[in-house]
Amino acid sequence: MSTAEPQVFAEIRKTLADHDVVLFMKGTKTFPQCGFSATVAQVLKVCGVEFKDVNVLADADIRQGIKEFTDWPTIPQLYVKGEFVGGADIVREMYETGELKTLLRDKGVVAA
Amino acid sequence: MTENNSLDKLGPVGRRLFDKLQAQFLPERLEIIDESALHHGHSGANPQGESHFRVIIAAGAFRGLSRVAQQRLVHETLREELAERVHALALRVED
Repeated sequence: MSTAEPQVFAEIRKTLADHDVVLFMKGTKTFPQCGFSATVAQVLKVCGVEFKDVNVLADADIRQGIKEFTDWPTIPQLYVKGEFVGGADIVREMYETGELKTLLRDKGVVAA
Repeated sequence: MTENNSLDKLGPVGRRLFDKLQAQFLPERLEIIDESALHHGHSGANPQGESHFRVIIAAGAFRGLSRVAQQRLVHETLREELAERVHALALRVED
């Protein structure tokens, strides 16, 4: 086994550095192609937060790479300020409890 | 484990999820619901079914952990199934 990390990790890091809120999803924010991805995109919209959508269906390397990058087996994946927040279940729960809004405010990505 | 109305309705994959989670966490509550029918024909849905599950679990091992850490424990336990047959696992960890 090589200890070198996959090349795609550099691309993922750059995306996370360039955008405060990134959603790796199936489809796009305007045309989600999976119910779980659609849920998270909708939650973010309701929270009034701008986010970068990365369509993993458009790039097989990213699709596999993002799972390894965070050691998380499923899509969607939400990142805020480079930190992994969770997948669909976690984001929905955090939205329902108000934790998501608190997190977004604390990170300064939505107005207080 | 106090309730499990779902076990009778599970196929072999669902039952394997149940057995693995049961053995790993000795949960106070464990429910596994096969929701594959809801996703029939959707990308990732296996034509043979048993691709989409909902899991509700409560166990001491999860207490005090972040949600991400809780789900990682479950993912770790079900790594083989998630890599092969199971496309989606909706997970609720209860305190």
